[in-house]
Amino acid sequence: MYLTKEEEKTLEGEYGETLRKAIEILVALGDIYGADSLIPIKSAQIAGVSYKTIGDAGLEWISDLEGKVKVPAILNPAGMDMLRWEEMGIEPDFARKQQEIIDAYESLGIRTKCTCTPYYLEGFDAKLGDHLAWSESSAVSYANSVIGARTNREGGPSALSAALVGKTANYGYHLDEMRKPVVAVTVDCELSGSDYGALGYVAGKSIGSRVPIFYMQNKPSNDELKTLGAALAASGAVALYHVEGVTPEAIRSNFERPDENIIIEKQQIADVYEASAEFTEGGLDTDIITVGCPHCSPEELETIARMLEGKSIQKEMWVCTSREVAEKCVGHVKAIEKSGAKVVCDTCMVVSPASNNYKAMMVNSGKALAYVPSMCRVASRYGSIEQCIREAGVVDEN
Amino acid sequence: MLSMRIKCRSISRGTAEGEVLLTHDSISFLGNVDPKTGEIVEPEHELFGQCIKDKVLVFPHGKGSTVGSYVLYQLIKNEVAPAAMINIESEPIVAVGAIISGIPLVDKMEKDPFEVLKNGDHVKVDAASGFVETEI
Repeated sequence: MYLTKEEEKTLEGEYGETLRKAIEILVALGDIYGADSLIPIKSAQIAGVSYKTIGDAGLEWISDLEGKVKVPAILNPAGMDMLRWEEMGIEPDFARKQQEIIDAYESLGIRTKCTCTPYYLEGFDAKLGDHLAWSESSAVSYANSVIGARTNREGGPSALSAALVGKTANYGYHLDEMRKPVVAVTVDCELSGSDYGALGYVAGKSIGSRVPIFYMQNKPSNDELKTLGAALAASGAVALYHVEGVTPEAIRSNFERPDENIIIEKQQIADVYEASAEFTEGGLDTDIITVGCPHCSPEELETIARMLEGKSIQKEMWVCTSREVAEKCVGHVKAIEKSGAKVVCDTCMVVSPASNNYKAMMVNSGKALAYVPSMCRVASRYGSIEQCIREAGVVDEN
Repeated sequence: MLSMRIKCRSISRGTAEGEVLLTHDSISFLGNVDPKTGEIVEPEHELFGQCIKDKVLVFPHGKGSTVGSYVLYQLIKNEVAPAAMINIESEPIVAVGAIISGIPLVDKMEKDPFEVLKNGDHVKVDAASGFVETEI
């Protein structure tokens, strides 16, 4: 791999131990994947935030680092709402460790906003062709697919290293040839809303880690693409997908249709909405409803607020979003909370240990459906946003 | 004593010596290894019950969760980490874990480590210059 004189000096330790290790990580990954050089990045998004995930070992490593990041850097969701953790049922010991992790990142100059949707936040807008070092799988998918920016799926330490150095190794999805679709997915029916999450849940399993191009009957919105990509990355390991006539690279590049074709039929989508036997025969009853995986956009908060306005709900319900978006949408947040639902910031149903306090969850996210049963050991069923709100036991206030 | 130097690729810099501990199984540091003792705790693993502390651990590559990188850091802090590691071909989890922990790591030896090394051999891993030195 070619290194500039400055990069060589950094690798020799001239700028301190933290930067030496950071660039050593970037160079090692570059060597493993055959990168020719390091390239500048516009921003970084760093995984390894929840105390539930990284534990004391991760906390210790981050605390031992020194210096400041060179590009805007932001964090993945944490294990709890950083302000309302007690209400969520989080233990004080966990909360203290979680705060220590956030403080350690903050001392490195990282913005301590914890979200899987950095693209809604100021300073993290990305454009077609921008190089990024993002971690969270749905954020990576959105950046690559919906925006047409370029990022690999970074691990926590590699994203942090990229932020500290301001560069990443030039391999994988940074290169044109790795971005071409290799498998076609033909969707045989019309879809709307949560159907896209169901599609991702079904299709991800067959696609694996390849780059697919979808041929669809209708044109999904960006929010629908967000849920599709999140589910594709969770049930498969898809970091980039194209939608013919919709996503920016598919429009610009006019890709050739790949030989392999996966057909998705209406029944396969419908099957995702079917509750498992635990619910239908075992008598399991939903005790929590969660939406906002990935974190809600302002438009999604508005939709939910409209549906809950002037109503009250009977069950626990979380609407997950980033704090910055919640602060921008004060009116919607008020309307949602007045119904009894909680607008939960900085975290989500997948990464928070608070999910373990429940037995059965309804979700409107294919990603949550893929992860909650295994990672939180909570039975899960799938529903549209309308079904989720109905399941919460909505009644008119008057 | 006669020795043989075998060229390899450096992934994580540094130099260390120790006794070889070989396995044909890949390792998920999260789950397979007890971070407090350095013992392999996965019953299905070829090295089940053995301790990797101060060994030159030879394995094909890492696998599993990326949190495994932090487990290597925990092993170093608990003073039960391997002295050095040799992979057939390194992947990011072990590579990153080795670098943040300062454990020398090399891969792609010019001779198959499973042919030229055996358990208990004393070897030197020089990941600064890119070779493994073994007695013959």
